[in-house]
Amino acid sequence: MTSNGEGNPSTDSSSSGQEAYCTFRVSELLFGVAVRQVQEVLRSQRTTRVPLAPFSVHGLMNLRGQIVSAIDLRKQLGLDSLTKEQSDAMNVVIRTEDGPTSLMVDEIGDVIAVQSDRFETPPETLQGPPRELIRGAFKLENELLLILDTSCVIKFAA
Amino acid sequence: MDGFDDDEMEIVKEFLVESYESLDELDQNLMALEDRPDDRERLGSIFRTVHTIKGTSGFLALNKLERVAHVGENLLVKLRDGRLSLTHDIADGLLGMVDAIRAILANLEQIGNEGDADYEALILKLQELLHGADAGTQPSQPPAEQTPESIATEPVDPPPEPPQLDSEVNDELTTELDAQNPPEPQAIDNETALTNHPDDLLPTTDKPALEDEPVLEPATEGPAQDAPTAPIPTPHVSNAAPVNEQPQPDQTPPKVNKDPQTATPTLNSEDKGTSDHQANKTVADASVRIDVEILDKLMNLVGELVLSRNEIVQFCSRLEDARMNAASQRLNLITTELQEGVMKTRMQPIRNAWSKLPRVVRDLSATLGKQVEVQMFGADTELDKTVLEAIKDPLTHIVRNSVDHGIESPEQRIAAGKPGLGTLSLRAFHEGGQVNIEIADDGGGINAERIREKAVEKGVVAADVSHEMSERELINLILLPGFSTAQKVTNVSGRGVGMDVVKTNIEQIGGTLDIQSVAGKGTTLRIKIPLTLAIVPALMVTVDDDHYAIPQVNLMELVRLSNDRVNDEIEYIHNVPVYRLRGNLLPLVYLDEELEVRERRKQDRRNEDINIVVLRADSELFGLVVDSITDTQEIVVKPLGQNLKAIPAYAGATIMGDGHVALILDVLGLAQKSHVLAQHRDRSVREKPPLAMSRSSEQEELLVVESHEGLRAAIRLSSVARLEEFPVQNVEHAGSKSVVQYRGEILPLIDLTGGPLHCAPMGDEDDSVISTVVFSQGDQNVGVVVGKIVDIVAADISVETKTQGNSRIIKNRVTEMVNLQHVVQASGVVIC
Repeated sequence: MTSNGEGNPSTDSSSSGQEAYCTFRVSELLFGVAVRQVQEVLRSQRTTRVPLAPFSVHGLMNLRGQIVSAIDLRKQLGLDSLTKEQSDAMNVVIRTEDGPTSLMVDEIGDVIAVQSDRFETPPETLQGPPRELIRGAFKLENELLLILDTSCVIKFAA
Repeated sequence: MDGFDDDEMEIVKEFLVESYESLDELDQNLMALEDRPDDRERLGSIFRTVHTIKGTSGFLALNKLERVAHVGENLLVKLRDGRLSLTHDIADGLLGMVDAIRAILANLEQIGNEGDADYEALILKLQELLHGADAGTQPSQPPAEQTPESIATEPVDPPPEPPQLDSEVNDELTTELDAQNPPEPQAIDNETALTNHPDDLLPTTDKPALEDEPVLEPATEGPAQDAPTAPIPTPHVSNAAPVNEQPQPDQTPPKVNKDPQTATPTLNSEDKGTSDHQANKTVADASVRIDVEILDKLMNLVGELVLSRNEIVQFCSRLEDARMNAASQRLNLITTELQEGVMKTRMQPIRNAWSKLPRVVRDLSATLGKQVEVQMFGADTELDKTVLEAIKDPLTHIVRNSVDHGIESPEQRIAAGKPGLGTLSLRAFHEGGQVNIEIADDGGGINAERIREKAVEKGVVAADVSHEMSERELINLILLPGFSTAQKVTNVSGRGVGMDVVKTNIEQIGGTLDIQSVAGKGTTLRIKIPLTLAIVPALMVTVDDDHYAIPQVNLMELVRLSNDRVNDEIEYIHNVPVYRLRGNLLPLVYLDEELEVRERRKQDRRNEDINIVVLRADSELFGLVVDSITDTQEIVVKPLGQNLKAIPAYAGATIMGDGHVALILDVLGLAQKSHVLAQHRDRSVREKPPLAMSRSSEQEELLVVESHEGLRAAIRLSSVARLEEFPVQNVEHAGSKSVVQYRGEILPLIDLTGGPLHCAPMGDEDDSVISTVVFSQGDQNVGVVVGKIVDIVAADISVETKTQGNSRIIKNRVTEMVNLQHVVQASGVVIC
């Protein structure tokens, strides 16, 4: 598990390692992406749909002159589509090898720092698309913070 | 050797950049030299280039490079000093050296060291050439005329004729010094040095024979104060001569020891060299070397600016603020100018892509025993660097093809009444925002018959079909994959890969390729490519409220059909919609269906107004049906991410004036996806039949008419010039003929049977009209009057329909086939 966060240069061992995660909700689930991977968080943006694109690609958006694909995480995770207005979706723009990519989520949460020893890989009973996308979970006090494998998210959108 | 540190890497990089530039020059110079072997100025420049490369490589401890350059340089020294004249072998050797240098530099660039290749063979060859030259020149020289150089090359015995030489040299020196002020530095300095220190002379004279080090280096300093003493004649000069004349590549050989014939030209050329140098310097001062990366970044930024400009201009047009509008106008203008300016910085003359072609041609024609001259026109034509890079390989391939297959051997050429020397001309020019490049040879042309055979043999087209293809269609078959007509496979071309790759490469940058050939006269390939790839004009269309951009390169025309015409004019071939565009069937592709944003329409449901964008993909036209056409825009092409790149329908994306993203359609990809192109081969062969006269066994378009008696007749549409209607009252009579005034001339009218027109059959009603099929032959028009024009049908007139004499069943009616030409001839109204 990665244990060196930018906000925690004094990482001395893996047991006391801390990493900051940007959290967001998709459906009822709480997800996290390492802060250093996140470029920015945006309100809903107008997107242009891309016919014939992989099903989870929601469309293209104009991010200050750069064209960024927006990935609908609900579709990606095999969840029901949003019942509320699509325009309420928030964008978490993450840096990837293929340039910035936006993840469309329901709601943005806090940035939280978690101890890396609270991390566990998902149980074998987790199957289907989420199995590939979720790297594991941090056990928070009253819920689980699921960590997205961003490279898989991008790959699955292809 | 490998593992330069950062500072060194900087130097190496600079060295690479400079060397690449000079290598291209070297190639050209060497080849020019072959034509004029005694061009000393050019020799001097070649020598300087190699010398510089050698010097720098020594400094950077690039040993291989240094060795190769060193031996080449030795050879060049001899050439330059006139001790050797350029032969074909030497030119080959020197070009080989240039290649070796290039290979080493490429390794240096890519892997950071000189690579493992072994150049000993080349070095040996060059050395042989060098020594062969010594052996060759020496005995042939009568002793009396022996020049100091040749003496120098025999290091042993003292020259037997110093006095004679002395006087020669001194005379020479004096005249030179008189003529030129300031005098040649080395020469004088050398001499003064010798004069002032006579005691030092003997040791110096001996030295060079033993040592490889240049002795002259310090002598080049401070010639000015020594100048006055220069003219003093000294018997030692002749002794000094051998000193300088060791084949020392590292130093500029002194002029003193030259025999008079060669000395003067050398001096002159040296002088010119210096002034050239100064000229170069001013050129260098006027230009700045810029990293391409910076230019790319600038280009991107300008792209952004164009987009922001579009946005602002669009926004301002909604405001009623005069000052704001004025400001946005200014922004508009400035942005356009800036865009042009930045694009210009990326523009490079096509010469850069052409420069290596003469070399390719030279080597190739030598191997093949042909004689080819390369001519270039419009080498200054500029195009974007990216485009330029992209056409380099296709160009080389085409040129190779022309030399290998196009231009014949000198014997064949002479037998054909052409000069033995073949010509390959390269021509470039701008036209309509595109660059046209023509590669023409005056060779044997493409034998359409052979292509036909080959095509049938390879199963590309069926035998019967091949006979209906026009020569041009046949010739363009060589652009299909795996098609090669070379009688034998050479190591140059003819392996069946080739022209299709060239075509693909050119199409990838949005260009087109066309071949024209006249058997026995030659072949011309015409390439059209866009000036730049980054900003392109595009047509904006919408489908299902989404905007899409279509690059205008592919755009042919726009057709709009209102809903009442749609039902009549959109026809179906087994559920596939087509539209008749001036008589040719245009397959229609519904963009919404291709993009799967709407259900595929049922045939009977297509009755809305439609907009057809007629596009060219490859050589095929098709109609793309869109919801609406908004406008044209300059768009900045932005690449799509990896996950979307795989979709063939899109070429990229752009940002529109309102800030929204629009996808750019890839016309070729769309055509392939919708199978417009997959059908291409069959279609171009079967359905695009010779509009002219061939007896096609396939579909042909027929004009169905009814005679006054109610008989049906069909006329090949291809033989019809126009259809006209004339009011009956306009019919006049000239002798026994009925005529009508038509476009300022007299149009004779005849009956469908060829007989003269019997008076207006419709009675005397003034407003009745006669329908006329205008047939034209040469300048002569003839009107064939028919009762009624029924329809135009595409019918299979020979295979599936049952025939009876000259009649066919067309549209369930017995229809007489009428040949207009026969009718007109029978009528006798035209003097044929």
